[in-house]
Amino acid sequence: MIRGRVVAVTGDVALVRTARGDVKVKHPGSVEPGDLVQLEGAGAPLERVRPYLRGDYPTPDTELARLGRVRLGNLAARSRALGALRAFFASRDFVEVETPLRVKAPGLEVHLTAIESEGSFLITSPEYQMKRLLAAGMERIYQVCKCFRAEEEGAHHASEFTMCEWYRAWDSIAAIEDDVQALVAEVARTVNGEAIVTVGGRRIDVGGAWKRMTVAEAMKEWAGVVIDGDESSEALKDKLVDAGIAFGTATAWDDLFYCAFVDRVEPAIAALDEPLLLVDWPVQLAALARRSPANDRVVERFEAYVGGIELANAFGELTDPLEQRARFEDDLAARRERGRAIYPIDEKLIAALTEGLPPSAGVALGVDRLIMLVLGAEHIRDVLAFTSDEL
Amino acid sequence: MYDTSDIRKGLKVLMDGNPFTIVEFQFVKPGKGAAFTRTKFKNLLTGAVVERNIRSGEKLEPANVEDRTMQFLYKEGEDLVFMDESSYEQVHVRADMVTNSNLLKDNLSCQVLFFNERPVDVTLPTFVYLEVKESEPGVKGDTTGNVTKPAKVETGAEIAVPLFIRIGDTIKIDTRTGEYVERVNK
Repeated sequence: MIRGRVVAVTGDVALVRTARGDVKVKHPGSVEPGDLVQLEGAGAPLERVRPYLRGDYPTPDTELARLGRVRLGNLAARSRALGALRAFFASRDFVEVETPLRVKAPGLEVHLTAIESEGSFLITSPEYQMKRLLAAGMERIYQVCKCFRAEEEGAHHASEFTMCEWYRAWDSIAAIEDDVQALVAEVARTVNGEAIVTVGGRRIDVGGAWKRMTVAEAMKEWAGVVIDGDESSEALKDKLVDAGIAFGTATAWDDLFYCAFVDRVEPAIAALDEPLLLVDWPVQLAALARRSPANDRVVERFEAYVGGIELANAFGELTDPLEQRARFEDDLAARRERGRAIYPIDEKLIAALTEGLPPSAGVALGVDRLIMLVLGAEHIRDVLAFTSDEL
Repeated sequence: MYDTSDIRKGLKVLMDGNPFTIVEFQFVKPGKGAAFTRTKFKNLLTGAVVERNIRSGEKLEPANVEDRTMQFLYKEGEDLVFMDESSYEQVHVRADMVTNSNLLKDNLSCQVLFFNERPVDVTLPTFVYLEVKESEPGVKGDTTGNVTKPAKVETGAEIAVPLFIRIGDTIKIDTRTGEYVERVNK
C-alpha cells in the first residue's frame, strides 16, 4: 500500500504527501489517518492516509523527506536481495552460522582499525571464528553480519557495514570463484529480472564468465610496472620512478604497490565494461592466503571487481599454524612500526589450526556494495536505512 | 601540516609552490592496503584542477593564504575595487576571477582571499538580496509549477524567477549557483 500524509486541508480538498510527491485528494467530509482515499486523476491508486504530526506546509522535516522515496524503495529491494542471497546458499547446501560480533582478538591486518567495546573489540570480519567452525568439522558455512572498521567512511565505505563471508572445507578457491560469479548474477536476476548491474549509469552484464587477470598482468598492462612479487622495496620504488608514478613518502612494499594500484590500475578496472577477477596476488600481499602450489611468488587470493567497485576478497586459506603465527607477528610488527593499535593474537584460532584445519577456501563479500551495484546506487548511504551521521 | 583526516572541501594547501583549494575528495581503500584520499585540487591562481591520491600518513602543507572581509566599492574597467573594512585599504581584483560577479551590489561584504599579499579569489555571501528592476508580467493562473521567466535585478544580472515575481520585489539569490531562491517580504 502506498502511503501518504495529510499536510493541509482546504475545503473538501486535502493535500496529501505521498512517496510519489504531493497529491490533492477529494474527500467527502474529513480525512482521518488510516483512511483509504482516492487520489485525483484517472486510474489513480488508493492511498492510505498516515497520521500527520505537523500541520505546517511545506515541511521537509519528515522521515520520508529526509530518507527520500528512492531510498525507501532501495530498502525493499535490499530485503529481496538478502532473500535471494540466502536462497542461493541454501541451494548449494551451505549452513548459515552466526558468530559473536564482539571478540577479544580482532583482525590484525595492518590497515584495519577495530572499534573498542568494553575491553573487547567489534569484529572487522568474522573469519577467525568461522575457521574455528571449520576446524570443528563444519564444511560449508556462510554468515551475513555487521562488521565494524574505524575511520572508514566514503561513497563505498561505512564504518558499520554488512559482510557476507562463506567457507568451503575440502574445496579449492576455484569453487569460490564460481560461487561469487553465480551469487552476484543470481541476486541481480532476482531483483532486476536480468543478470545486469549498473555503475555510474553503465549497465554491466554479470551473467557470463567473468574476465580473469593476474595482478602481475594488470600492473604491467595498466601501470607499466613489472612486478616480481619478491623484489625489495627499493627495487619496486625504482620501478615506480621509471613508470612516472608518484609515491610520496611511501617506503613499505605494500604502500608502494598500492600507490601504483590506486593511481593506474583501479581507474582502468573502473573503465572496464565487464566484471573482473584479479587473481594470483604477490606473496607480499598474502594476508591469510596460502602460497600457490604452482608459483611460489604468488598466493591463492582473488579480488572481484564490478564496475570498479571492489566487491569480494577470497583466499585459498592458510592452514599452517606456524606460518599463521609468523604472519600475525609480522602484522603486529608492521602495526607497531606505523604507530597503529596493537591487538592480541587470537590463540584460539592458532590452536584450531594446530588441531587441524582441512584444506579450505573462503571469501568475504561486501553486501552493501552488492546491493549498490544491483540498484545502481552511487553512495552506500542509499542502500542503508541510516548511516552513523543520521543517528 | 595537514594529514588526510583534515581533507575537506575548501582546505587551502601549498603544492609545488602554488596555492590550491580542495574541490572534491573520495575515500578509497584498495584490497587490504592503506587508505587513500583521491583528491581534486584547484589551483587558486590559474583555476586548473589536478587530481592526486594522498595516502593516509602523507602530509599536506597549509598554504599561506588569508581570508579578509572586504566591502565591494565599485567596478573600474575590468577590475572590481574592494575595501578592507578595518584598515580601509583598497585592492583591485580582476572581475573574471570572481564567480557571479554580476551579483555584487555596492557595499556588499565579501571574503577576499589573499595569497602572498595578493588577492586571488573573492567569495560572495551565500545569499544576496536584490531588487527586480525589469521583468515581464507573469501569466495569471499557474503560479505553482516550475515555470520561470527572466528578470533583471539591480546589479544588471538576469535571473530566472517564478511567474509571480514583479518589478520592485526583492528576491533572494544563491551566489554559488546564481539561482533564485525565494521572494523576500519587506
